[in-house]
Amino acid sequence: MPADAIDIRYVAELARIALTDDEVERFGKQLGDLLEHVNALSELDTASVPATAQVIESRNVSREDRLQPCLDREVVLAQAPQRQGGFFRVPRIIAE
Amino acid sequence: MDLSDLSAAAIAREIGAGRLSAREITEATLARVDAVEPQVGSYLSVLHEIARETAARVDERIRGGETLPLAGVPLAVKDNMCLRGTRTTCASKILESWVAPYTATAVARMLEAGCVPIGKSNCDEFAMGSSCENSALGVTRNPYDLSRVPGGSSGGSAAAVAAYEAAIGLGSDTGGSIREPGAFCNLVGFKPTYGRVSRYGLVAFASSLDQIGPLARSVEDAALAYDVMAGHDPMDATSIDRPVEAAAGALPTDLRGLRIGLVREFETKGSGTELDAIYRRAYNDLEKLGAVLVDVSLPTADYGVATYYLIAPAECSSNLARFHGVRYGLRVDAPDVRAMYDRTRAAGFGPEVKRRILIGTYALSSGYYDAYYVRAQKARTLIARDFAEAFAACDAIACPAASCPAFEFNAKSDPYSMYLMDYYTIPMALAGLPALSVPCGWATPEGGEVPMPVGLQLCAPLFAERLLLGAAHAYEQATQHARARKPAIAQLEARS
Repeated sequence: MPADAIDIRYVAELARIALTDDEVERFGKQLGDLLEHVNALSELDTASVPATAQVIESRNVSREDRLQPCLDREVVLAQAPQRQGGFFRVPRIIAE
Repeated sequence: MDLSDLSAAAIAREIGAGRLSAREITEATLARVDAVEPQVGSYLSVLHEIARETAARVDERIRGGETLPLAGVPLAVKDNMCLRGTRTTCASKILESWVAPYTATAVARMLEAGCVPIGKSNCDEFAMGSSCENSALGVTRNPYDLSRVPGGSSGGSAAAVAAYEAAIGLGSDTGGSIREPGAFCNLVGFKPTYGRVSRYGLVAFASSLDQIGPLARSVEDAALAYDVMAGHDPMDATSIDRPVEAAAGALPTDLRGLRIGLVREFETKGSGTELDAIYRRAYNDLEKLGAVLVDVSLPTADYGVATYYLIAPAECSSNLARFHGVRYGLRVDAPDVRAMYDRTRAAGFGPEVKRRILIGTYALSSGYYDAYYVRAQKARTLIARDFAEAFAACDAIACPAASCPAFEFNAKSDPYSMYLMDYYTIPMALAGLPALSVPCGWATPEGGEVPMPVGLQLCAPLFAERLLLGAAHAYEQATQHARARKPAIAQLEARS
């Protein structure tokens, strides 16, 4: 398993969480400690073992494509932090 | 008769027979809630109005001739489950004012069966924790010793049921979040087989592990709730489409012919002499009830915690990506969308949730995916195989439900020491197995003044819920450990 220290700022960027300097230091150390513990998994011989994503026998589930009642638009938009007409309002995404 | 002490079974029976009304039970329960909440803090929202309206409808249905298996039973709903028109916060600032626009299938089935929702109960934020201390919105105390935690993550539901603020509590178990608080609060905490109870309307933490189940003061009550909730739901593609054998009506009182496995690897885990003695006595009691004790081995179980703390955070980092301030929940304004995401998530998530999102993001990131995530998935296969082999030699497994009794607040400041609380419950979750905790004795923790409850964990093969509940019922009825002590809350003691 890789032993390099976590680049916590990069990971936080991927996770879309702004961290304070204090958090970078604290989480960096705590996650480093956790990785040391989980590195124990390298003791297991898993070369010929298939990965388990989900324990119960599963299959694709499909249903007829029929129109069904769904949440009312007003009910959903009532929870929006900001709305405009029938839309969620967000800061500009595409540059002018 | 003190109404709020009644079991769910007794409440439903009395109301069904017309000797009691849902209104009376609901008023008694709300009065208890108002009296003990300042000390216990089980609920993030108490639903006075909805409870009274629901009770009135239950009484009407009973008058109309309906038979309801849980008529008038006061219910605590963990605050990561949707109940239409109520705040559903996941004990997180990011959802602090979010009101659910629909009702979770499990909750809807409990209401259809006659339950009265008393409140939305506290939990660790997004169900991540083992003590309820990770709640961003409230403190819940253990009704048996207010200086100690109720366990977690379903600690609010556990405390509510233990303090007679509800007869049944709904919890969700990802790595032990029903069973550990059950053990800490002198309750039966039951996690059914993965997929038995619909997850529709349960806010997702780790989707391949999350499972809803009941916390109750008896096995019979837990079985009644399970019978109502279990079964296929088209709204959850992972819910299992196979018949559910009702458990509550036919609970046995002995264990004749049952082979119960004791896990060799758990023997030397040094839980302390008093606890060791309690568990030894529990195993002997199982034998006295007719069970045959057999030695089984789970060689990979020791890697459960390591496996879990890669898989669960990986899934959480993906599931919690939806909280970014666009459509619902908290938004921290910023000049551009990217900064809005970063700041919203920084302000909205607490430290444990951030830690898990970060570790999960790391384990799934390019260059580390095979080394961490895939390796953990392979370890998961080995753990599931261990159980399959063990169940070739036994019908159920008995072991501790938690590493120790309820601990004091702030006792586990190092994240990993908290993760180890679920050492005994994680392997079953990874294997998807049904498992429960049932009270098996009392131990005074080091430095503690009063004895605290200790839980025995029983685990059965996939879909063997009926066998599992039956074994737990026989043990509970023969030993009656739960009845040995009452909660330490002043109001309760003054009453008795």
